[in-house]
Amino acid sequence: MTQRLDITADFKRVSPKYVLVVIVSSLLGGAIFSAAALFLWLVANAWWGWIALIIILVVTLVQLIIAPRRARAIGYQLRQDDLLMRRGIMFQRFVAVPYGRMQLVDVTRGPVSRVLGLAELRFVTAAASTNVTIPGLPESDAAELRDRLVELAESRRAGL
Amino acid sequence: MTSQQPRATSGVPPQRALTRYADGEWHRLHPATPLLKGGIALIAVLGVIIANLRERLIDFFFHTPNYGGDPIDAIYDRGLAGWALLAVAVAILLAIGGFYLSWRMHSFRIGDEAVEVRSGILSRSHRKARLDRIQGINVQRPLFARLFGAAKLEIVVAGNDANVHLSYLGSSLAEDLRRDILRLASGARATESVATTDAAQPAELAAGRRLTVSGVVGNRVDEFLKPADLDHDAAPPASVVNMHVGRLAGSLVLSGFTVFLLIVAAAVVAGVLSGRYWILFVIVPGMLGALGFYTRRFGKSLRYSISGTADGVRIGFGLLATSSETIPPGRIHAVEVLQPLLWRPFGWWQIRINTAGHSRQKGAAGESNTTTLPVGSVDDVQKVLPLLLPAIDDEQRGRIAMAGMTRTADQSVFADAPKRARWLRPFSWRRTGYTIVDGVVVVRHGVVWRRIIFVPLARMQSVEVEQGPVRRMLRLAEAKLHTVDGPVHPRLSVIDTDAALELFDTVATGAIRWAAIDTSHRWNAAAEGGAAGETSGGEAL
Repeated sequence: MTQRLDITADFKRVSPKYVLVVIVSSLLGGAIFSAAALFLWLVANAWWGWIALIIILVVTLVQLIIAPRRARAIGYQLRQDDLLMRRGIMFQRFVAVPYGRMQLVDVTRGPVSRVLGLAELRFVTAAASTNVTIPGLPESDAAELRDRLVELAESRRAGL
Repeated sequence: MTSQQPRATSGVPPQRALTRYADGEWHRLHPATPLLKGGIALIAVLGVIIANLRERLIDFFFHTPNYGGDPIDAIYDRGLAGWALLAVAVAILLAIGGFYLSWRMHSFRIGDEAVEVRSGILSRSHRKARLDRIQGINVQRPLFARLFGAAKLEIVVAGNDANVHLSYLGSSLAEDLRRDILRLASGARATESVATTDAAQPAELAAGRRLTVSGVVGNRVDEFLKPADLDHDAAPPASVVNMHVGRLAGSLVLSGFTVFLLIVAAAVVAGVLSGRYWILFVIVPGMLGALGFYTRRFGKSLRYSISGTADGVRIGFGLLATSSETIPPGRIHAVEVLQPLLWRPFGWWQIRINTAGHSRQKGAAGESNTTTLPVGSVDDVQKVLPLLLPAIDDEQRGRIAMAGMTRTADQSVFADAPKRARWLRPFSWRRTGYTIVDGVVVVRHGVVWRRIIFVPLARMQSVEVEQGPVRRMLRLAEAKLHTVDGPVHPRLSVIDTDAALELFDTVATGAIRWAAIDTSHRWNAAAEGGAAGETSGGEAL
């Protein structure tokens, strides 16, 4: 009778450097929203501006605190015939995609990731809702994984 | 794209079963194509010209006094009549030349592997669709084309605006070509006996050049009176469902759109009572639009037919402009049996499907052609489901569908959510469950909109389980099956955590296993089996 949804598998973690990407993006988001709230409060004379500002600061702080755990919660495993992926601590999500359903693999790099030498891999199927992305892979690993996935998909081709 | 080319080594030319067009050579379309394509526009232009010259025509025939002042007078007065006539003649010649050239340059080829279309005069385009990727074939007859006995053939493939259009063809030729293409796509090779080809179809392409006038008229009338699905089989498949006019009208009246209209009407009445009469002027065009919406839906679904053929499910509908789509086996990714609350007293159900490709032709409701049964009784649903889900054992399917549709039937087939789920789904927890049978996951949920969803594992894309904090406290989870995009979204919003993990595991392994042994997308190749030696079965795509 487990309460927590858990799939025991030998998950591979993403690069520890990915924490930095999460931190930078939370800080950026926090800064932008704070600026907007400040503008509303001081310039547009909205009295509730300071409440919004406090909420934004708290949310950003919480995001920064849980960033390492969030990054650690992302995992993937190449099983015999499918790719298993998990992410999230509060909101957990597990997805299994058979290799044969692959339509394409995308490797993208954001500005922060590029500085850190990281890349994000996206596994695209015919279903838009599949949404399997593995962020924070070292660039060479991402390229390797991409080639591996294409190879696996080729040998397990299923129809559309 | 694939490493396997199941028919690459075949040196045998394809059998010409019905038409001489599926022979791997380039062919042209119906000669009247430009006229049919520009049909409405041409009539409109003629209408404008005639309307403008009305005075002059009246004058010509009845010798009424001429007050002058129109452009023709001006041209005549300045002695430019010769130039004007020349300009008109050049324009007409150019138009005819353009039409002729565009017809000459527009050709199609149906080979062993693919269907190709070349078109365009200055900017050429060449489109090629692999036969084994065909998601459906749609024969459409717009009203104008129908009068001339022509039809459009649309080959539906996955992807946005990737469909191959053959417009226009002779009506019966389109029908025969559909069967030839499906036969080639099915993986059957050179086994069909040569059909009698000396019927009307070669002459059909010549659009009446060889037929007598009375014969042409007779043919047109015959075709016009036939239902959307005119089939040249000796025994055309009869529709398994008869659409009752009363039920169709009732289903439209009791739709969500009517509820919306009633709300609008109430708002209007309130507005008028409070003295804002201008609301009436705003609302009248909207009401006319609504009326159009009802008539369009009604007219489209009126001559609805659905039947199973050897090459898949065939769905026909339409009163004036008709459409008949064939979906080959193994192209249906999810099937949903749906009942809105308002239909419950009458026991009506609707069936919708998810497919990878969509015909450009809009369906009965103006959306993509995904509604397979606009409205039907429980019996109708039980007749249509076998066509859409041939993989499941008949008895099992019937039992599951019954359990999903009626409360009195045996409910034990579904593993429903535990009672603690009532905190999240106070009404529907009792009906939120799933079962797996013969490689098909059956999900049911909903109280206001009752849904039973069938997802063949062989075509499921991925599976997902999720859990947020609230569900974690209740020891529940959420499960989703991802299929190609469409109106059907198979998901279980509440499910016991352990059951969710079990479902995740079963579905993930099942998806691989069933996809590996699924051969339905080359539905005839299996029958021939070893003769080809290298029919690669499930890996053909």
